[in-house]
Amino acid sequence: MADHRGRPSSPLAPPLTFRVIRAAFLTLLSGFVLLPVYVMVTSSLKPLQDVAGRFRWIPTGLTARPYIDIWHTVPLGRYFVNSLIVAGAATAASVVIAVFAAYAVSRHRFRGKRLFTVTVLSTQMFPGILFLLPLFLIFVNIGNATGIALYGSRGALILTYLTFSLPFSIWMLIGYFDSVPRDLDEAATVDGCGPLGALLRVVVPAAVPGIVAVAVYAFMTAWGEVLFASVMTNDTTRTLAVGLQGYSTQTDVYWNQIMAASLVVSIPVVAGFLLLQRYLVAGLTAGAVK
Amino acid sequence: MSTKSRVSRVSGTRPKSARPRRSHVPYLLLLPALLLELLIHLVPMAMGILMSFRGLTQFFIRDWSRAPWTGWANYELVLDVNRPVGEALLRSFLTTCLFTLLSVGLCWLLGTAAAVFMQESFRGRGLLRALFLVPYALPVYAAVITWAFMFQRDNGLVNHVLHDQLGLGGSGHTFWLLGDNSFWALLTVSVWKGWPFAFLIVTAALQNIPGELYEAAALDGAGIWQQISRITLPSVGAVNQVLVLVLFLWTFNDFNTPFVLFGKAAPEAADLISLHIYQSSFVTWNFGTGSAMSVLLLLFLLLATAGYLLVTTRGRRNGHG
Amino acid sequence: MRRTRAAAAAVTASLLAAATACGGGTANTGGGSDTAPKELTYWASNQGPDLAADQATLTPELKKFEERTGIKVKLEVVPWSDLLNRILAATASGQGPDVLNIGNTWSSSLQATGALLPWNAENFGAIGGKDRFVESAIGSSGATGQDPAAVPLYSMAYALYYNKKMFQEAGIAKPPATWDEMVTIGRQLSKDGKWALGAEGANLSNNIHQAFVLAKQHGADFFDAAGKPTFDSPGAVGAVKQYVDLMAKDKIIAPGNAEYAQNQSLQDFANGKTAMVLWQSAASSFKSHGMKEGDWGVAPVPVPAGGAPGPGGNTNSMVAGINLAVFKNTDNIDGSLKFVKFMTSDEEQKILNKTYGSIPPVKAAQSDPAFATDDLTVLRTTLGTSAAPLPQVPQESQFETAVGTAVKELFADAAAGRPVTTESVKAKLTKAQQQMAS
Repeated sequence: MADHRGRPSSPLAPPLTFRVIRAAFLTLLSGFVLLPVYVMVTSSLKPLQDVAGRFRWIPTGLTARPYIDIWHTVPLGRYFVNSLIVAGAATAASVVIAVFAAYAVSRHRFRGKRLFTVTVLSTQMFPGILFLLPLFLIFVNIGNATGIALYGSRGALILTYLTFSLPFSIWMLIGYFDSVPRDLDEAATVDGCGPLGALLRVVVPAAVPGIVAVAVYAFMTAWGEVLFASVMTNDTTRTLAVGLQGYSTQTDVYWNQIMAASLVVSIPVVAGFLLLQRYLVAGLTAGAVK
Repeated sequence: MSTKSRVSRVSGTRPKSARPRRSHVPYLLLLPALLLELLIHLVPMAMGILMSFRGLTQFFIRDWSRAPWTGWANYELVLDVNRPVGEALLRSFLTTCLFTLLSVGLCWLLGTAAAVFMQESFRGRGLLRALFLVPYALPVYAAVITWAFMFQRDNGLVNHVLHDQLGLGGSGHTFWLLGDNSFWALLTVSVWKGWPFAFLIVTAALQNIPGELYEAAALDGAGIWQQISRITLPSVGAVNQVLVLVLFLWTFNDFNTPFVLFGKAAPEAADLISLHIYQSSFVTWNFGTGSAMSVLLLLFLLLATAGYLLVTTRGRRNGHG
Repeated sequence: MRRTRAAAAAVTASLLAAATACGGGTANTGGGSDTAPKELTYWASNQGPDLAADQATLTPELKKFEERTGIKVKLEVVPWSDLLNRILAATASGQGPDVLNIGNTWSSSLQATGALLPWNAENFGAIGGKDRFVESAIGSSGATGQDPAAVPLYSMAYALYYNKKMFQEAGIAKPPATWDEMVTIGRQLSKDGKWALGAEGANLSNNIHQAFVLAKQHGADFFDAAGKPTFDSPGAVGAVKQYVDLMAKDKIIAPGNAEYAQNQSLQDFANGKTAMVLWQSAASSFKSHGMKEGDWGVAPVPVPAGGAPGPGGNTNSMVAGINLAVFKNTDNIDGSLKFVKFMTSDEEQKILNKTYGSIPPVKAAQSDPAFATDDLTVLRTTLGTSAAPLPQVPQESQFETAVGTAVKELFADAAAGRPVTTESVKAKLTKAQQQMAS
């Protein structure tokens, strides 16, 4: 595939001016991106009394101490596990549900289709701060009625996050499924697969990149959410995004530890990102082009 | 396989598959999504709309059903631009519009430019691509706190570079987190956080442009800039429709960035609408007025989105012939 | 399809019913029940240097309580960033802890929601009576004329912290006792990149605390007796102007302090960049920034010329602190009262306040020699004689936001070199007051 797409680099090497402008632009942009990262790294290596001091490009008196302290100032490990569970489960559920919904919209004609897609989009427009409280009440009331303790549980958070990412996931997947030739799944239906068989055996395999893209998006949505997590979790279920604020206490703000902890927890995410990047880039295309 | 299906359709042996099925199947497939959207988004939204017609203050927060119905009073209050509440809301709304316009524009510009420049393979491209995604992966809280650090007047990196090293704007340091400059500080952080997403989407879109187009153009003698303006940019038009809408909704409703950067009370120049609503509802526990503001915001975003989709879709159809 | 639609309608209806019918949890107004007598949930606020430290401090005490009463206490230390929102959610849903810590300035706001158990004579009787507590601390536990919504747990007051070495080098013998002295000494100290006083210009609560005290000294209040805001009275305008003028006119606060909101002024103090700060119980912070005990001195916050710290016009601190409240929806009212009694007992008061560096609001516990150090003596005396509670009105948090923001904006003006005049101060305060009127 790749050899047929994209500008071929062989016939004409780009002119020098182009290369100079490109180099200049990309260098500046890298600087912009990396500047805060550089500040984070150096701040994470300073003792607390030096962190807020005057900025210097070359820091002095570095210490690895913050990287040890982060683990007992707040239960970072627990928060990390919670975030992984919540974001992981929300991602898995969101992807499955979005695949079903997108398949229905892409492959079926039914009444209310337009209403459905428009409604789903509109849910992205109400500020979260206002439906936080009603949502909390619903969870509590469901909990009271059924005896399932949703309040403070990871389950409630998973449900919430998966719906946050659902609208755009469905949107992106509809586009992606539309680009998978219809003939393929009709043939599968003819071959004796039910409608779900066609989805699972033909459409999903053909759309793996798109699904990966949606999964990454859903994961990042759940990974970074602060407001809902701050109200709907307790100390055993608290996620990283809010847990990091635990480094800022009544008497002190442990800047160096905030930076160190953020870098530590970001490493697995960035690594996973790098692994999935190839699929992600291929996947977003088809979904978004539609 | 595809031949077989086409044959069967033509011969009419399987009329059902020729006409897409009308059955309960699509509804079953939609059911989980529908139920969840209903539970998590739509019912709370409906409650929010109901709340906007009630005097839901701290006195009634314990039992909402006791909050008095106030009709349109909340709306009258927040829409009366001659009084402080309405005036502040209007100013915050306009600030947010300007902010969103600039932020989305810059995110798009940087993302597209970077994607175009990196379309062609060169040494270190993979590494650079990974690096550009870092702002997307860092926890929002920590990233914004770091920017707040850099924008400090006395000890921050930004003033150190601008004033001490480049000698711009005299030796007196600038306030970035207070007064009118806070708008630019907020914009910088927002663009830093937002552009990688645009970069990702446009990069992906560029990969779908058939290589033959470029080969043909090159044979016709088109230089690299012409190739970019004639082939590359027009091909990403469809992507932009979605991308810009997504960025627009995110940026307009962004709460975390100004909240972490400025705390509860943002300077007027950077008082974004979601922070403003938070202040008028959570800080004061007056959910009636907060809901009224949210409903108005919802209406505006619905209208803006509908208009946007209408214009861009028609424009694209016309453009394609 | 009709069936699907009917099912969907049924689901919607039941959801709506679930969502709208109840709204506010149980309608139990009688004040708790006793359905779970062997367990309690306790939300503690973050008082120590980090969450783990609080856990370590409280756990042995809770064990002690369990041994004595057989009641197991489930502890959660809630960070300050989450506490108020968590309380809000608990209030709205009726599902929360049995006992919780609240910032004492929230008392009236929370009292107005009706979510907290009122401390009437009977309930106070269960914990040994109201007069066990310092008067000013009781004064900041709810609106006057009503039963308090909480009981004081830890108390704090403002003091003037000064850098002994910087004072010595400048040849200043003693810390300023009046504002005039503060300005005179301040001008001596503010030179060569060093400044006399630190401030947290962008920290709304801190702005309020300072403005409130100065307003008292100007004979003004931010609310009248009927609870109506009076932000732009001449006294209030004078107070706010006096505070901002420390930067604008007297130039003894560094302009950079206008953007401080994260305790940077304490760092500046610890690093020897400023000679004084007005703060509550700052000792542990100084130490974690590298200062040693004895590097700093503590004195009462200045008062107007010719006065000495005392009530009324010589007030020199707000009553800071933490209150302990019982959630009305508790399912273990007896246990909750027992727990409050335990936490406010002389013994526990000594242990906990010692650890946290605060002052016990229980009079009998104050006699412990641990509270007789130089630092704590100043704080204790201030609390007992010259501290006043912030306005006990339901709109307290709105007041903090509105007036705190006004002061923040005035500091921004001062820092940018724009003039701060009586008119400009009054205009800002009038605007703040109009926002309250809604």
